[in-house]
Amino acid sequence: MLDTKEKVVEIRGLYKSFGDLDVLMGVDLDLYKGENLVVLGKSGSGKSVLIKILAGLLQQDAGSLKVLGNEIIKLNYRELNKLRLEIGFSFQNSALYDSMTVRENMEFPLVRNVKNLTKGEITKRIEGLLDSVGLPQTINQMPSELSGGQKKRIGIARTLILEPQIMLYDEPTAGLDPITCGDINNLINQVKEEFNTSSIVITHDLTCAKSTGDRMALLLEGKFDAVGSFEEVFELAEDERVKSFYDYNFIRK
Amino acid sequence: MAQVSNQKKSVITPKVDKFFMGLANAYAFVARFFKEVFVPPYEFREVIRQCYEIGYKSLPLISLTGFIVGIVFTNQSRPSLSEFGAASWLPALISIAVVRAMGPLVTALIAAGKVGSSIGAEIGSMKVTEQIDAMEVSATNPFKFLVVTRVLATTFMLPILVMYTDFLALMGSFINVNQNELVSMPTFFVQVFEAISFLDVFSSILKSLVFGFTIGIVGCYKGYNSTKGTEGVGKAANASVVMSMFLIFIEELLSLQIVNAIRNA
Ligand SMILES: Nc1ncnc2c1ncn2[C@@H]1O[C@H](COP(=O)(O)OP(=O)(O)OP(=O)(O)O)[C@@H](O)[C@H]1O
Ligand SMILES: [Mg+2]
Repeated sequence: MLDTKEKVVEIRGLYKSFGDLDVLMGVDLDLYKGENLVVLGKSGSGKSVLIKILAGLLQQDAGSLKVLGNEIIKLNYRELNKLRLEIGFSFQNSALYDSMTVRENMEFPLVRNVKNLTKGEITKRIEGLLDSVGLPQTINQMPSELSGGQKKRIGIARTLILEPQIMLYDEPTAGLDPITCGDINNLINQVKEEFNTSSIVITHDLTCAKSTGDRMALLLEGKFDAVGSFEEVFELAEDERVKSFYDYNFIRK
Repeated sequence: MAQVSNQKKSVITPKVDKFFMGLANAYAFVARFFKEVFVPPYEFREVIRQCYEIGYKSLPLISLTGFIVGIVFTNQSRPSLSEFGAASWLPALISIAVVRAMGPLVTALIAAGKVGSSIGAEIGSMKVTEQIDAMEVSATNPFKFLVVTRVLATTFMLPILVMYTDFLALMGSFINVNQNELVSMPTFFVQVFEAISFLDVFSSILKSLVFGFTIGIVGCYKGYNSTKGTEGVGKAANASVVMSMFLIFIEELLSLQIVNAIRNA
């Protein structure tokens, strides 16, 4: 069914190592328009590295990576920046600018990249997004005054402000309570519905994976072994490594 | 971007290798500054904000130090001059010492400690908490926004701070001379300005620009290349101060040679 859809990201034979440490060893992956793809994998398996390459923050050693039809390493800096407006990157540790208030954090990508917005329009957009992450009261606070979970949600809101076509969520629910996790999962789904966004969601949390993911991909030893629906990947899994990943999250009957 | 990868296998010994890698990286960093400083977009607002920060951070300490240096130096020089019955030359001597050497040096060292360390720490912590990456992915050039603005700010602020230090040091000196030799303010300053030449003032400003540039670029470089973790941030701050003080002394020596050569020509 998905094959008929437009591919927004196409990864073929991607390799990346740091010194003697081989992290990605021949990754193949497709992301289709309007789907949420969940990427699972052990800590240190290279999930963050993969999406950093996707956003042009790191460069692969070999292999091809096309985003919206553009081979990332072939772009010059200006072209890359233009493409980056279509890619939202929500960092594992939020990466809020700590010298700026929440409002200034949210404004930063907006005022630098979208011209001709009035003050009122900017404020409206910021308030709207803060509402949807449930934190309208924090608008004038500094990041140092926020809890880890609040920072994470502001980080996601900041990423959404440019309404990107592709969203990369790096562990959006890690370290959050179950209720907030639920809210974040809903937000991820809501973004997909509303803007037809394609997302890669990196997570260890199978509840999050199950409620947000249209497809799952499991990164094992530098490659994607299993790609498919939740049932295909986990419930029918034969591979011991996949099973143990599942058993850790749910006690298998 | 334009940095040499430090993951290559070592050619000679790791230490020597690391030194030259570091040198190449530093060179690339400085080259990148000159490449990006002239290319739009210009971050004027951020430059102004940084100038204000720098002034605000260093003014109290510089005021105090400048004033005290003026008093102490005058007081300590008096006996030697008096021995030759030349105590009336005090204003001229102080003026030359302050404008040529002490003003720029004292100001630069204080700014290296106060401003350089805070630039190193700030950029270092932005690096390790991925704020620099966040800027990058929101299509803002972090080098331009963070590095170019700070280096411009330190470069332009330092001469201003130096003139301010010079002024306060001379005021401190005047108070001391006024009390001991009963010299009036106009007499004192006439002597001060007679003693210094255009070359003195010009080279002092030029030197201050170089000191300011050094403080900014070293702080940014150390911060931008700080390694992961909070420990890395502390190291970056510390290394910024040590490195820029070291370079400031070297530059002071060089400028002394150059100015002397010009003066004797
Ligand atoms: N810039 C870098 N330089 C050197 N090594 C790196 C760099 N970035 C990542 N690594 C290494 O690559 C490996 C994969 O890191 P990555 O951050 O992608 O893991 P991850 O799958 O996201 O793990 P986690 O779930 O803990 O976030 C790690 O061993 C890490 O040490
Ligand atoms: Mg990670």
